[in-house]
Amino acid sequence: MNTPVWPLLLGRFEWRDLPFVRAILDPSASNLVGAFAGGLVVVGAIVVALVLTRYGKWRYLWSEWLTSLDHKKIGILYIALAFVMLSRALVEAVLMRGQQAVAINTPGFLTPDHFGELFSTHGSIMIFFMAMPFLTGLINFVMPLQIGARDMAFPWANSVALWLTAGGAGLMMASLIVGQFSTGGWTGYPPFTEVAFSPDVGPDYWIWAVSLGSIGSTMAGINIACTLYKQRAPGMAFMAMPLFCWTSLCTAILMIFAMPPLTVATALLALDRYLGFHMFTNDLGGNMMNYANLFWLFGHPEVYILILPAFGVYSEVVSTFSTKELYGYTSLVLATMVIAVLSFTVWVHHFFTMGQSANLNAVFGIATMTIGVPTGVKIYDWIWTMFRGEVRFTVPMLYALAFMMTFVLGGFTGILLAMPPLDYLVHNTLFLVAHFHNMLIPGLLYGMLAGYHYWFPKAFGFRLDEKWGRIAFTCWVVGFYLAFMPLYVLGASGMARRTHEIFDPSFRPWLYVAMAGAGVLFCALGSLFVQLVVSIRNRDALRVFAGDPWDGRTLEWSIASPPPEYNFAVVPNVDGRDIFYRRKHAEHQAPPYAEPYAYEDIVMPRNSASGVAIGVFAAVSAFGLIWHMWWLGVAGAVVGIAALVTRSFGRDQHRILLAADVAREDRRWRAALAEARSISRHTEMTTANQGLAER
Amino acid sequence: MIRRECMRLPVARWGVSVGLLVALGGCSALGHGFLAAAGPVATHERHLFLIVSAILVFVAGPVLLLTPLFAWHYRLGNADDAYRPNWNFSWWVEALIWIPPIGIVVVLAVLLWTWTHIDDPYRKLPGAAPIEIEAIALDWKWLFIYPDEGIATINQLAIPVGRPVHIRLTSATVMQSMLIPRLAGQIYAMGGMTTELNLAASRPGQYLGKNTQYNGAGFARERFTVLALPGAGYQAWLGRVHAAPRMLDQTNWSAVAQRSVAPQPVFFGTVQPGLFAHVLAKTGGSDSAGTMHGMPMTAKDAR
Amino acid sequence: MSKTATEIEQPDAEQDDTALFGFWIFLMSDAVIFALLFATYGTMTQATAGGPTAAAEFKLVPTFIETLLLLTSSATFGRASVAMKYDEPRRVLFFWLFVTLGLGLVFLGFEAKDFADMFADGAYPSRSGFLSAFFALVPLHGLHVVAGCFWLIVMIVQVRVIGLDRRVKLNLLRLGLFWHFLDVVWIAIFSVVYLGGHIA
Repeated sequence: MNTPVWPLLLGRFEWRDLPFVRAILDPSASNLVGAFAGGLVVVGAIVVALVLTRYGKWRYLWSEWLTSLDHKKIGILYIALAFVMLSRALVEAVLMRGQQAVAINTPGFLTPDHFGELFSTHGSIMIFFMAMPFLTGLINFVMPLQIGARDMAFPWANSVALWLTAGGAGLMMASLIVGQFSTGGWTGYPPFTEVAFSPDVGPDYWIWAVSLGSIGSTMAGINIACTLYKQRAPGMAFMAMPLFCWTSLCTAILMIFAMPPLTVATALLALDRYLGFHMFTNDLGGNMMNYANLFWLFGHPEVYILILPAFGVYSEVVSTFSTKELYGYTSLVLATMVIAVLSFTVWVHHFFTMGQSANLNAVFGIATMTIGVPTGVKIYDWIWTMFRGEVRFTVPMLYALAFMMTFVLGGFTGILLAMPPLDYLVHNTLFLVAHFHNMLIPGLLYGMLAGYHYWFPKAFGFRLDEKWGRIAFTCWVVGFYLAFMPLYVLGASGMARRTHEIFDPSFRPWLYVAMAGAGVLFCALGSLFVQLVVSIRNRDALRVFAGDPWDGRTLEWSIASPPPEYNFAVVPNVDGRDIFYRRKHAEHQAPPYAEPYAYEDIVMPRNSASGVAIGVFAAVSAFGLIWHMWWLGVAGAVVGIAALVTRSFGRDQHRILLAADVAREDRRWRAALAEARSISRHTEMTTANQGLAER
Repeated sequence: MIRRECMRLPVARWGVSVGLLVALGGCSALGHGFLAAAGPVATHERHLFLIVSAILVFVAGPVLLLTPLFAWHYRLGNADDAYRPNWNFSWWVEALIWIPPIGIVVVLAVLLWTWTHIDDPYRKLPGAAPIEIEAIALDWKWLFIYPDEGIATINQLAIPVGRPVHIRLTSATVMQSMLIPRLAGQIYAMGGMTTELNLAASRPGQYLGKNTQYNGAGFARERFTVLALPGAGYQAWLGRVHAAPRMLDQTNWSAVAQRSVAPQPVFFGTVQPGLFAHVLAKTGGSDSAGTMHGMPMTAKDAR
Repeated sequence: MSKTATEIEQPDAEQDDTALFGFWIFLMSDAVIFALLFATYGTMTQATAGGPTAAAEFKLVPTFIETLLLLTSSATFGRASVAMKYDEPRRVLFFWLFVTLGLGLVFLGFEAKDFADMFADGAYPSRSGFLSAFFALVPLHGLHVVAGCFWLIVMIVQVRVIGLDRRVKLNLLRLGLFWHFLDVVWIAIFSVVYLGGHIA
């Protein structure tokens, strides 16, 4: 069991790399959990395949979704991926809290290494395969609609970026079925992740999964920035863009400049591990401090990559549901840009304890606190947006309110941590864990969920169930406080993060509360899935075909729900902010749903399988490298490059939608629009809402 | 006793009493942390914690108040409020949301600058000449060498109460971080490099120390005890260690450095001189400041 | 329909503009990678661990020749771009593209020889942190040149098979940007790594 099975073909694979074999050899609780997780992935994949076969949906899935270059479908696929990965990483969090609650002066049910894998996959997934796909997907879906574009600047590169990210996520899932994951945490600090200390496949899984995600994100960033620079509707000045577009732009710029340091860090670590380099090793002149600098040169801007899109969502949501113009648009734009720039000047605060001089620490500490100013300005801008508005407590608005009040607590502890002397005390403790969850759950997850509820009707033509939305919201908020407030206490008590065994019984009550909180968060996720099922069942009652369920302000609400493939039958002319709202409410000469004078032929990209091929074979190649199956590494790379070259030779890659067909589809929607019942804001959460706002 | 200027301020005494109250009043967990500070460094840092927290109440407070207040008062169902859907800017509000936060950050920056320099882990504490200790991080235990005494211990660090302690750290394995929450903040220990930490205990007791940087299976059990002993007790302790039969040198170094957990402290009555430098050289560094291989971007070992 | 279908395959001027803009952004992102590797190299120049040093290993004559080769290849690529822009006879374009490819390959040959000499001297990446940093930076540029040569071959085939439609032209423009970018990076390598290694 401890020798490679067939090294030439299978590299360093041994039978005990299968969790099922490990569970049979040693049926401990830890191994059974591992085997169950691996089994779940295998069975889940088989069930999905069977269902697709049973209902004959393979072709539909392939030609309507997987190979589509439509930015809306790519966006939805990103978000679907995010939900799948969120489920896994949340279950892992529950397991970890369970272990900590149980393992007080006993070893608990997870082995130390299994626990190490759990916190490493939890962090890596949440950042790279939950948060990044979610926000990239949301930007992908919403942003072109908001700027009056028919697609992204590079639809094909969009598909490649999606499938590279999905390939990375696939490697994360593969690590459940074969081999083990890294125990080096989401940051993968060497020298612990060097061959000398972690010779197994774990860190290699981490390196390649993260690298694929990182390259995908760089491509997505380039695409988003180009779309915003070059594809805006005629007349749309930069300062007329909805705020979500501004935050998308800043996020994209951060991706372009901040993902390369990560690529460099993981690539150099790979050189150490594969070719015996001494970049970050203990001996022969290697220096792990360089890794820390490279990683956090990515890592800190990454925090703002994650948070800025959510800020964009909140700007849209607060303005729409306060029935009022956004307060301080210019301030918000400025604050966003300041945050983006400052985010590159603070990375050292992630390792104040590395022994650098007090001057250096102080400078970086002050820079860190400075970011608090534009962030605070944003919060106040949203508060003043509500001032003298008419606030409607829909689910997205509830998330926005919960965000403002919770995020400010994270900001509080963030300033504490920005003080180097205080960081010395609570760095690497649960205080830090509580802090960044306190920033990322309200500052990312709530924002993404607010966006999900807000734009779901646009994507699918029906609203999400309100009641289950509120249940899920309550669970996310209550669960957050229960799960993370105790961690502040434990961290201030000196409990180190990533501890799988506890020797202080006085920690017990706090660990129990945190465990309960994790359970509530799990229920929150469950409620979201229930909500989805309930909403799909009731979709006819929840339908908002007219396209504007929330009395929206921006262009995406001026078209049908779901929008046609080409988004706008005729690309609109834009002469200011909130154009659709101003047209609806008679502050503008043009009526909101003016029928165009003439329709034109529209050119759209054809589907392409090469994006899928490149992503999948990149992952296959990476899998070969992870397992030292060199033939597979080479073969995967060759096929991936071949797909790229083939694509560059292809010429029949677009198709024309004839003006007559566009006109027919558009007029059908206009006829439905004429039939729709308009509603007042008091009834928008009821089934009376067909997506037509009362004027 | 080592005292810092601010300890004489009433705020500090108030802080100490709050810390004690919290520690005694049921929140016994916090008694393990820096709020129950037992040395001048941790006390000084706790002092900063309390001041900054007090200031930050004025940052968080308005948001926590205004958000629900505005949301509820300006709800759709309330017909009594003003509705100004096109109001989107006011210089007064702009001034209100930019200037006070900037002012607070300036104040905090002054505090930060001062405190960071005072609590610089490399800064020698005032008072008597410090006890010199060399700490080597191992998987999954800590080795403390007393170079002036020629002795060493594993997982037990005894220090005399009231006397400054100067620790030089390195790692014979992966990066680790040494934290004794009730005495001082943490600092990394890295292979081939040295870092420094100054601390002291102001009252006798047993304090927990640990590594906070995950380093594998034995991580959670990598804990050591700091014994803060009165002068006589410390001398007695030194005597006990001197009497220990075990010795530590290059020949048994690899056995000691092997990956293992040490549930009980281990005493070495004799230590080969220069062992710290030897370990440092073995992991790629050299012990003379400034001649390290590879000047790291942020290292200050050369200071 | 078929007539329109061939028309729509060709991006219009605005899309050309977007495509080039996107490529510029990609190059910026790539430049960040090189900048970070330069910075890392800068921190590790003393980390020789008692092994070979820069002054002993870096040969100025061959690297100066490599510099000239790459600079010349940028000029020849420029000449090819001119041929494309002014619709000169196809064989002129081919001639300059092939000259560029040849110069690129000769450059790679020289570089491979440099590395082989270093290996023979015991200056291989696993010897020290300094050599690791060197072999992370300089061969990455070499890999870029390999990718550039491969791309050039693909483009030569495309010009041959497809002709100079707008997409082929666009890709030649992008390849040109890439090629000149590699030149700039090489000049930085020559000055910082090779010349710097001798001055220090």
